[in-house]
Amino acid sequence: MCLGVPGRVVDVYEANGLRMGTADFGGVRREVCLTYVPEAGVDSYVLVHVGFAISVISEDEAQETTALLEEIGLLGEAPA
Amino acid sequence: MKYIEEYRRAESVQAVVEAIRRRATHPWVLMEICGGQTHSIVRHGIDQLLPPDLELVHGPGCPVCVTPLELVDKALAIASRPEVIFTSYGDMLRVPGSGRDLFTVRAAGGDVRVVYTPLDAVRLAQENPEREVVFFAIGFETTAPANAMSAWQARRLGLRNFSLLVSHVRVPPAMHAILGSPLNRVQAFLAAGHVCAVMGYHEYPPIAEQYRVPIVVTGFEPLDIVRGIYRAVLQLERGQALAENAYRRAVRFEGNRPAQELIQQTFEACDRAWRGIGVIPQSGWRLREEFAGFDAERRFDVAAIRPQESPQCISGLILQGQRKPHDCGAFGTACTPEHPLGATMVSSEGACTAYYRYGREPAPVGATAEVGP
Repeated sequence: MCLGVPGRVVDVYEANGLRMGTADFGGVRREVCLTYVPEAGVDSYVLVHVGFAISVISEDEAQETTALLEEIGLLGEAPA
Repeated sequence: MKYIEEYRRAESVQAVVEAIRRRATHPWVLMEICGGQTHSIVRHGIDQLLPPDLELVHGPGCPVCVTPLELVDKALAIASRPEVIFTSYGDMLRVPGSGRDLFTVRAAGGDVRVVYTPLDAVRLAQENPEREVVFFAIGFETTAPANAMSAWQARRLGLRNFSLLVSHVRVPPAMHAILGSPLNRVQAFLAAGHVCAVMGYHEYPPIAEQYRVPIVVTGFEPLDIVRGIYRAVLQLERGQALAENAYRRAVRFEGNRPAQELIQQTFEACDRAWRGIGVIPQSGWRLREEFAGFDAERRFDVAAIRPQESPQCISGLILQGQRKPHDCGAFGTACTPEHPLGATMVSSEGACTAYYRYGREPAPVGATAEVGP
């Protein structure tokens, strides 16, 4: 139910008073409501849940994975 | 797909699992709140990779599971009315009420339709002014912004034939209920990442402090989940109890403010019954008085329904982390996804469904991990 899928915003428009747009999910395109993510524009990656973008994915923070793997790599050389 | 594939690489997941093995020196019990995470854990076999002393118990974060039977029965009664187009997220359709489900209602001539987003239900109301369009607005905080917007949109468009059957639930009151139980086993939480994308995690530090439990905001991909487990184990081993974010690419401390504002303007807190658990005080949201005209429970007279639950089902104990699916005598025999007896078997995100689908057997006594330290 709380499945959220990251998609890339390809256009932004207004419809019925709502900020809407199209998001690309690995080739599949769907209409999404962008009203809750005013900071998102074309090429932003947004997390979409039941047709609504609820968060803008932070490119910088996505580096957290690399940071984690570096951290555990370092930890692995230290005594547990 | 970007932001998905890199979080499913087996070697990265394995590296984090190895780090968990190195760091875990005590037995610990962790609960993932969200049914989507339960599904991901069992599907990817993460529970079987972990050291045997590290136990994952499965939380109540499956809205389809915890929607009270009484409300499912109300949905069935409303959906059976000839003037109604009843709309719902797909996973509610096969949830059994006291006798039947929405599929049965549809087979008997009811107009029941699956929508991808509640805005589709609003559109149906626009296109069918002679019909009553009802949307089954269930879910946790993740779904609330969408459901709230549908009420606003219906009001903005002046629709008089659109209403919501609301059964919203919230995570923090459920955490209090679990941690406050004398039977509680949970020592750390993996908090539901997408609930936190909406709500932030500013509600969690006081809970972590009050009950001395680490709470780690966790995503849904395999690497996200093992990262959340790793951070929780680090805290447990260090004797810490902090609210921490291990899903930073999608979650900020304050959450999504515009969404929270619209939720506040649309819904108000109320006591809510959770299927299998019972009433948890102030754990739900209902429509505010100014949206009473969009409240399906008021529009349709469906008050006097007395539901019947199966006496065999132990889903309430499972949802609170006190039991596992195979502790139930009916699991896989009298109770299957095709013929569910209760909450945790009704949804694809329910713990019992996940165990059934991915063939989880009870762990043999004295089982050890397949990989050394």
